[in-house]
Amino acid sequence: MLSPVILIPAILNGLLTGAVYALIALGLTLIYGVLHIINFAHGALLTAALFAAYFTQKLFGIDPYLAAFALAPLFFVLGYALQRFVIGPASHGDDRNMLLVTLGLAVIIENALLYAFHADTRTIDVRYSFETIAVGGSFLALPRVIGLGAVLIVALLLWALLRLTDTGKAIRAVAKEKLGAELSGIDVAHIYAMTFGLGTACLAVAACLLIPTYYVNPHVGNAFVLVAFTIVVLGGMGSVPGALIGGLFIGVVESLSGLYLGESLGQIGIFLIFILVLLVRPSGLFGERA
Amino acid sequence: MRRLAMIVLVVAVLAAVPFTEASNAVLNFLVVALLIALAGQGWNVLGGYGGQYSFGHAAFFGTGAYVTAVLQVRYGVNAWLAFALGIAAGALVGAVIGALTFRSGLRGSYFALVTLAFAEVLRIVASVAPITGAGVGTLIKLDLRHEALQFQSRAVFYWAILGLVALSLVIAWAIEHSRFGAWLTAVRENEDAARALGVDATRVKLGAMTLSAAITAAAGCFYAQYFLFIDAGIAYGPWISVEALLTAIIGGAGTIFGPLFGALLVRLLGEAARLVTGDAPGLDLVIYGAALVLVVAFAPRGLMGIVADIRSAFRRPAPRPTAEAAGG
Amino acid sequence: MAEPLLTVRNVSKHFGGLQAVDAATLFAEEGRITALIGPNGAGKTTLFAMISGFVRPDAGSVRYEGCDITGAPPHELARLGIARTFQIVQPFAGLTVRENIAVGAHMRHRGRNAALAAATAIAREMGLGDMLDQPAAALTVAGRKRLELARALATQPKLLLLDEVLAGLNPSEIRDVVPVIRAIQARGVSIMMIEHVMQAVMSLSEHVFVLAEGRIIAQGPPEGVSADPRVIEAYLGHGAAKLTAAGAA
Repeated sequence: MLSPVILIPAILNGLLTGAVYALIALGLTLIYGVLHIINFAHGALLTAALFAAYFTQKLFGIDPYLAAFALAPLFFVLGYALQRFVIGPASHGDDRNMLLVTLGLAVIIENALLYAFHADTRTIDVRYSFETIAVGGSFLALPRVIGLGAVLIVALLLWALLRLTDTGKAIRAVAKEKLGAELSGIDVAHIYAMTFGLGTACLAVAACLLIPTYYVNPHVGNAFVLVAFTIVVLGGMGSVPGALIGGLFIGVVESLSGLYLGESLGQIGIFLIFILVLLVRPSGLFGERA
Repeated sequence: MRRLAMIVLVVAVLAAVPFTEASNAVLNFLVVALLIALAGQGWNVLGGYGGQYSFGHAAFFGTGAYVTAVLQVRYGVNAWLAFALGIAAGALVGAVIGALTFRSGLRGSYFALVTLAFAEVLRIVASVAPITGAGVGTLIKLDLRHEALQFQSRAVFYWAILGLVALSLVIAWAIEHSRFGAWLTAVRENEDAARALGVDATRVKLGAMTLSAAITAAAGCFYAQYFLFIDAGIAYGPWISVEALLTAIIGGAGTIFGPLFGALLVRLLGEAARLVTGDAPGLDLVIYGAALVLVVAFAPRGLMGIVADIRSAFRRPAPRPTAEAAGG
Repeated sequence: MAEPLLTVRNVSKHFGGLQAVDAATLFAEEGRITALIGPNGAGKTTLFAMISGFVRPDAGSVRYEGCDITGAPPHELARLGIARTFQIVQPFAGLTVRENIAVGAHMRHRGRNAALAAATAIAREMGLGDMLDQPAAALTVAGRKRLELARALATQPKLLLLDEVLAGLNPSEIRDVVPVIRAIQARGVSIMMIEHVMQAVMSLSEHVFVLAEGRIIAQGPPEGVSADPRVIEAYLGHGAAKLTAAGAA
């Protein structure tokens, strides 16, 4: 056994990483909950958001945390347009087609970034990258603590939006009973696109929180999105609280299994959880029957 | 029978290519295209005829490739036998994944996701396990003898992969003309209705997945013999999952010739992209992705669907009867 | 007396807090047309799903030809001679009419040509002869109902379960389909049908079971059942029986 001196910081760090995972998963689960498709372009869109955050800092010197306020609306519009004008029309309302179209988009985005920026890994320098704060004897990276706070705020905003606004009510209506919503005059194509936009905006925020301590290359999104799939499946497809709890849980699992098994095998632990949950309880630990 | 004659004709035309003074570059291009066509035909058996969209056929391709290579390099097994065992191992992996997923009732998005996850698990294992050469990969010794399943002449390699592709075309033809195929397409169209008509849906899907995995594994075995080097990213990487799916969908899922024509077209497009841009990576795949989206949007039955439409337009110049209007 | 072809004894099913079917008992005699009627939400479709193997009962048993078939999967039941149609027709939309029926015919014919030939013959009997090579998606609602019947018949069933096969048809189409069902019975196929169209039930069936709120509340020949005050109440609400009786007097 490892001593608490190592264990406690590992758990705390896992929670911090898990918070950002949760935000990525939140976007994925929101889209699944309403459109009932798994968005295979989620990882590629995260990569695009990371590049966007990287370049706003590099080219304009804008701090990533500030950039989030511009990039989130921008990516909302991007997501809205993708669903409204590409994924929706191209799929002809068939779920299998939606899978293929989002996969196609993932391939396009990822490789367009590869073509434009090559495979180089890039990082930014901000003065707080390596600052730490002490929490109960453990030193935690300041940007990741900020990340946790930001994720909680975004989750709260999202919750308020879904509960309190008309759009939010329409989104929930479409998620529950699409036909009924359509009959009562809700523009389903618009709501689908709104949801996709929100999910994509979550990625922009996640990217801005990640970039101060992380790196970006054209393939970086894949690693995150597979973890996000695991979280979404674990938390129950379409469940927002499930995504939050699942994200924190997976963050800790990854941190601990990395500690005991080393980094590569630690990832396998996540996949095994993923496959196991899918096979044994596809509705997730917290979700309703799918 | 006319379809069978078409298969003979197409294969005969392709088999004649090496006699036309085609350069090694052309042959090399065709070998890779046929290899992808074979992997795509594997995907087509399960995805095209059975409607189960796998995003992780790399699991079978990679298993075929690794078993072929590792048995030769580490255990001195004869190459021909290793090749056969590679196919068997791929089929076994397909059967195991199929048994787990279909028994749990996973369909649609869930099936795509779980196949993707299995492929990723295998990729990570292969990138750390000593037996696969871990991060370094596995190199098969150059040994240009027929006993070692290596050939001096590229044309022989070409005919070998063409033979495998021909076999896969005949398998697709047999599926279309058998009870198994009728049951498989019934499951694709409507699983509950099929079960009510006596179709054991789980077993049919499992059979399709095993066959599908074996065919794609054969492509992996051939890859190992042809390039003599594999690593985790090549064998189990997402690229082959995507290309297998892409060629079948673009060519026409659930048709005999779809994967073959899809592979030739997709690879030609990729080659054209490389000519335009030099060796910068990425653009070919951008074109593949765009082709996938465009086909789903505008030609849901792929190239073969376009061909069928053109043919029926020539046969019946009159406007189509009102059957479709009545369908609603 | 010999055991009926199908005996359903005390089967129950609940979904969450909802008791969909509560200890229902019914049977189908060989060679007869048996009807299962009841108001909307009575649990008819759930009961059918349990008989045809799509839903496993929580309790109770289903016996067929003297064997216990409780919880057996649909494809095994089809092999034993139990076929069903769906309330919402489920054609294989991408396949032709002939190919659709051939899926059922493959149950008894291994070879492709034999199955296609059997499918062609059945299609002609069912009045689908000139649509053999059309995609199923191109059929009208009435055509799809016929296709559903033809596919089920192609499995050569002894017992045919019909789930609202007349629903969604106009009166003239119903007049066309009723003789088709009689013809199926004349071939020696026993039939159990869920039906809403009361007139058809009265003219077709020899024995009727009435399901309300998950329970069988009445059974017997159609004339008797339709006069049963419990049945009238179940359909029209409390006090309705008295009113109709008063009206008749």
